[in-house]
Amino acid sequence: MTISKRARYALMALMGVGLAFIYVPLSVVVINSFNSSRTFSWPPSSFTTEWWSKAISNTGVRKALSWSLAAGFSATLIALLLGTSLAFAVSRYNFFGKDIISLLVVLPISLPGVVTGIALSNAFNQEIGLSTGLLTIVIGHATFCIVVVYNNALARLRRMGTSLQEASMDLGANGITTFRLITLPNLASALFAGGLLAFGLSFDEIVVTTFTAGPGIETLPIWIYNNLFRPNQAPIVNVVAATLVVVSVIPIYLSQRLSQDSTSGGRF
Amino acid sequence: MKNSVSTWMHKRPKLRLAALLAAPTLWLVVAYLGALGALLITAFFTIDNFTGNVIAKFNLGNFHDMLTDPAYRNVVLRTLGIAISVTIICAVLAVPMAFFMAKIAKQKSQKILVALVLTPLWASYLVKIYAWRTMLEPNTGVMDWILGPIGIHSPGFGGPAIIIGLSYLWLPYMILPIYAGLERLPNSLLDASGDLGARNFYTFRRVVLPLIFPSLVAGSMFTFSLSLGDYITAQIIGGKLQMLGNVVYQNFSINLPFAATIATIPVAIMAIYLWLIRRTGALASL
Repeated sequence: MTISKRARYALMALMGVGLAFIYVPLSVVVINSFNSSRTFSWPPSSFTTEWWSKAISNTGVRKALSWSLAAGFSATLIALLLGTSLAFAVSRYNFFGKDIISLLVVLPISLPGVVTGIALSNAFNQEIGLSTGLLTIVIGHATFCIVVVYNNALARLRRMGTSLQEASMDLGANGITTFRLITLPNLASALFAGGLLAFGLSFDEIVVTTFTAGPGIETLPIWIYNNLFRPNQAPIVNVVAATLVVVSVIPIYLSQRLSQDSTSGGRF
Repeated sequence: MKNSVSTWMHKRPKLRLAALLAAPTLWLVVAYLGALGALLITAFFTIDNFTGNVIAKFNLGNFHDMLTDPAYRNVVLRTLGIAISVTIICAVLAVPMAFFMAKIAKQKSQKILVALVLTPLWASYLVKIYAWRTMLEPNTGVMDWILGPIGIHSPGFGGPAIIIGLSYLWLPYMILPIYAGLERLPNSLLDASGDLGARNFYTFRRVVLPLIFPSLVAGSMFTFSLSLGDYITAQIIGGKLQMLGNVVYQNFSINLPFAATIATIPVAIMAIYLWLIRRTGALASL
């Protein structure tokens, strides 16, 4: 490569600045969770783990976490079923309206969350009279999670081709056996990556959730948002925030170990 | 029995297709498209001023109000300005970073850099904006503490804070497509340009930039559309400043038809944007 030394160093410096821009705010959140001052004046006055032990026993946080997990797992399950069958249909068949379907599936993440949110809320309340609760949250989340499972599954199915299945059928296996022993194992890692991303999207979602959650339900992001401006809750919010920053390493680690093609999680 | 079901299905590809399509299509068309359609229709309704109930009588009053009130025009222009600024900042930051990752970093550090850029995508949206609240807090914030001594002070909460916060949120969405585009670009092209006497910057401008342009546009779709509809960032670090999303959010509980009318603006802007970029090939490189 014919790039001058000076340009190399300049680019390396810009990379460093970019990474600092990304990581300084996140580090501040983690450091602040150990800040003993209640007002979080910077720099921290002294170190304490008091807020951590208080946050762990905080019932509001625990409840919010369990709502988030329930919503995340349910939405992911629905997205896996719907996204995978749609990916099979699009990759293996030709049918009228195929382009429209592939456009329709991206629409929920392309349109602003606030539009999806008020549309669903309006439909639940005015059109079908469904009272808001966990069910409506799951419906909202699943709607925009389908696309990430679909993208991952579709990419894998296209790369796989049909020769393996044909070979299996030629050797006498029926459709169900072929699916169980050939197609599904080959698809598994793509489905895992898609499911992981779907869960991540659901777990972090706030806008659509705001409009579809019933009055009694707080998911973790809603809990954070509701307590963000309450001074006496600030230490607990800091601990929850720091935990979420640290935990975000896990899905990256999992997806990087899994396969190279899914590191972007199929968002692109 | 199992075998015969399987054979029976195998002989009927149309039935298999219908079985695969039924649930997802029903979900997307009925639950999602239906809800969007109902919202669009609501945009033409009004509310009863006394009861606050929606009156289902078709009229263009909301659109008339929206287009004639200069306050809404200002919000639209401000939101567009913010979305465009965020897109430009993300592009300016992302191109050198992606170039370093794809063309200069060694294979081993390449993987680590990609992971480092991806990790914040998984950190909570609210946490990231909350982090910038701590960063930008006037006088007691981290920014004043780090950069104060060299004379750079926090802009406080308002428009610039929203632009910083949104750029921070969407930066990885810009880096990744550009990185992918640069990975596909053969090194030999850069060598050839250099051999023919082009300097670094000239090669970048005449060879690299035109080739990664679709990736740049693909990234801009995320940074632009995600900024366009955002309202939480404005609520947390925007001070009193309002974006389109805030107007929708505020009207949602008091005047749903008008909220629906305002919500058609970002959708229309995105439709125009997608129409404009359809020729660049960005949609195919997503």
